[in-house]
Amino acid sequence: MKFSMERATLLRAVAQAQSVVERRNTIPILANVLIEAEGDTVTFRATDLDIEVLDKAPAQVEKAGGTTVSAVTLHEIVRKLPDGALVTLSEDGAAGRLTVAAGRSNFNLATLPREDFPVMASSEYSSNFSAKAAVLRRLFDKSKFAISTEETRYYLNGVYMHVADADGGKVLRCVATDGHRLARIDAELPSGAEDMPGVIVPRKTVGEMRKLLDDDDMDIAVSVSETKVRFATPDITLTSKVIDGTFPDYTRVIPQGNTRKMEVDASEFAKAVDRVATVSSERSRAVKLSLDEDRLILSVNAPDSGAAEEELAVAYGDERLEIGFNAKYLLEIASQVDRENAVFMFNSSGDPTLMREGNDTTAVYVVMPMRV
Amino acid sequence: MPALCRDCLTQFDQGRRCPACGRPRIVWHPELFDLSIAHMDCDAFYASVEKRDNPELADKPVIIGGGKRGVVSTACYVARIRGVRSAMPMFKALHLCPDAVVIKPRGAVYAEVSRQIRAMMEEMTPAVEPLSLDEAFMDLSGTARLHGAPPAVMLARLTKRMKDELGLTGSIGLSHNKFLAKIASDLDKPNGFAVIGQAETQDFLRPKPVRMIWGVGEASQQQLDRAGIRTFEDLLRWDHQDLIARFGGMGDRLWHLARGQDKRRVTRNAPMKSISNETTFHEDTADADLLDGHLWRMAEKVADRAKAKGMAGRVVTLKLKSHDFKTLTRRQSLHDATQIADRIYRTARGLFDQLPPGKAYRLIGTGISDLVPETQADRGGDLLDPQAEARARAERATDAIRARFGPDAILKGRALR
Repeated sequence: MKFSMERATLLRAVAQAQSVVERRNTIPILANVLIEAEGDTVTFRATDLDIEVLDKAPAQVEKAGGTTVSAVTLHEIVRKLPDGALVTLSEDGAAGRLTVAAGRSNFNLATLPREDFPVMASSEYSSNFSAKAAVLRRLFDKSKFAISTEETRYYLNGVYMHVADADGGKVLRCVATDGHRLARIDAELPSGAEDMPGVIVPRKTVGEMRKLLDDDDMDIAVSVSETKVRFATPDITLTSKVIDGTFPDYTRVIPQGNTRKMEVDASEFAKAVDRVATVSSERSRAVKLSLDEDRLILSVNAPDSGAAEEELAVAYGDERLEIGFNAKYLLEIASQVDRENAVFMFNSSGDPTLMREGNDTTAVYVVMPMRV
Repeated sequence: MPALCRDCLTQFDQGRRCPACGRPRIVWHPELFDLSIAHMDCDAFYASVEKRDNPELADKPVIIGGGKRGVVSTACYVARIRGVRSAMPMFKALHLCPDAVVIKPRGAVYAEVSRQIRAMMEEMTPAVEPLSLDEAFMDLSGTARLHGAPPAVMLARLTKRMKDELGLTGSIGLSHNKFLAKIASDLDKPNGFAVIGQAETQDFLRPKPVRMIWGVGEASQQQLDRAGIRTFEDLLRWDHQDLIARFGGMGDRLWHLARGQDKRRVTRNAPMKSISNETTFHEDTADADLLDGHLWRMAEKVADRAKAKGMAGRVVTLKLKSHDFKTLTRRQSLHDATQIADRIYRTARGLFDQLPPGKAYRLIGTGISDLVPETQADRGGDLLDPQAEARARAERATDAIRARFGPDAILKGRALR
């Protein structure tokens, strides 16, 4: 195998590969990227056995072939090469080495045979549809903060992507929760997605997929089966196993009867929460919200470190209410609001609170209060 | 030579009997009133508490310990004459001493007595470092003026108070560092008072075996044996650098200890880092119901202790030991610290459920760590488990009932498995 490629193109492909590769591996070849040259394209393939990423890039191929080499080392080398360099990769089959040459730099890397590289079994996808990158980005970006890290509830370690019934008909919905907060984000149902099985997309896959979604207008081909999900651009294909578990019935969790409504400028609110929380040295910092006629007082009282209070003008017309939250959770949901005011719907100080952006019900957040 | 009567605390200058009370319990030593680092070790602590509480046991051999697989945790001095030792398997102890009265340890009682003794020590100095329920180091440096008496007198007064007020005896070791104080407390047991002064330190240590050093166990002993080191005298022949080269950090410590040097300070114990509980079974078990029952009871014990101390933990740990003595631990961080048995149990159970099923274990344990004050715990509910709050309230109510009517007033069915 021998081919040449522009440094920037090579860097993009290798960067994608090395981020999928696990840093600590018991199986040596899983640290490698499989490079295969054929015609005028080179493919780069990396896997952690749960996720596989395949990246195609144009190249001047002199000799077809393939080998595997450490993804991290190759990435480091390419990253350090000067911008605009033409990089030539050639394999010396007999010596089991891959030579990376650019300008006057020359690297010689150990390889492992391509035949040993595990390729994820292809599977039948029961549902195939296309969605704009911007749509998928919103669905996952706004929900991923609520993904749980508790391994004992592994079925919460991802975003539940499924088809759901909403007021205006069926929607493509993403839900994530860790039992303390929940995010439910809806998008118009793409055609072809009607029969999609609900799948839990693992946290790492959500992170890797995000890198495919930077170009707003790019069409992403999504394929879903009971066990796998695939996101593809013309150049990159990301295939991932989904979490084998049942996502809990989240609809019970979303409060329906909360009537006490508070409307507040989300960014002012977030800044104020952040400021008052400063005085608390506890790791889960509790902020108390005291609501009265169009007035919100945020306060923190930490006996051993200090106290803080800040008043905010809000729209609130219901009875007086005092309710406490983890400051971090409040900040996280407030930062999801980007266009309009944040609308909080409270019930009592012990019941879950709902938050949405203006009257938009396609992005709904639920947060559990804490005693203060 | 300075001398002290341990009965009436009279200080005098040499003699076989106290000039004041005429009794013979005398300590004398040239440096008696100059030394200030002490180690106090209760004599057969658990057994002595049992004998105190049940006078019928006074002249019977008493062994504290329990279970088929149990070991002796303490043997009274009568049982020790027959050869029973701590850590000896129970069947062997009973073979040596078939008429022994075996008593299951009453941890809570011993802990309470230990607190009383600790309080006495803390009246003498703030620098009390407990090593376990029944022994502690004390640094009495600079307290002579405050008490109007040198450390040796205060220590004699401590053992006298323990005897008069608690009906227990302890042995005192007095020296110039922790290493020697600990050795000294063992020299004159029981009800002893031994002194190792600066001047005699080297001569005292020279013929002694190195396994006297606290922390030199079986493995280190073998390493030392291979280097031909058996006594402190052997150690003294080694060059400092050679010892470090051969034994690393331990080598450095050995070099200093061989010269009777120990710079460790007497420090109050670091704040508690974790609360845990574990059980070793009579026989290895794979019975999921049985393991579950143990897990619940242990979670309850951990929660009880956490509640008593006003603490809660952010991390729940599950510990298991398989039949081949391999220890396995799994941990889970919580969003909200907890002291609720139900939460500890459910988290530990979740960790247990992730392990391959059907395996047999010889030990199971659970605990909490990353401790915070209880005011920072159990403040939030769980969206996905709305009943959790109700269960936590039920547990608080159960606690209140038990506080009033005793620990067995109300139990969960799960606790009976």
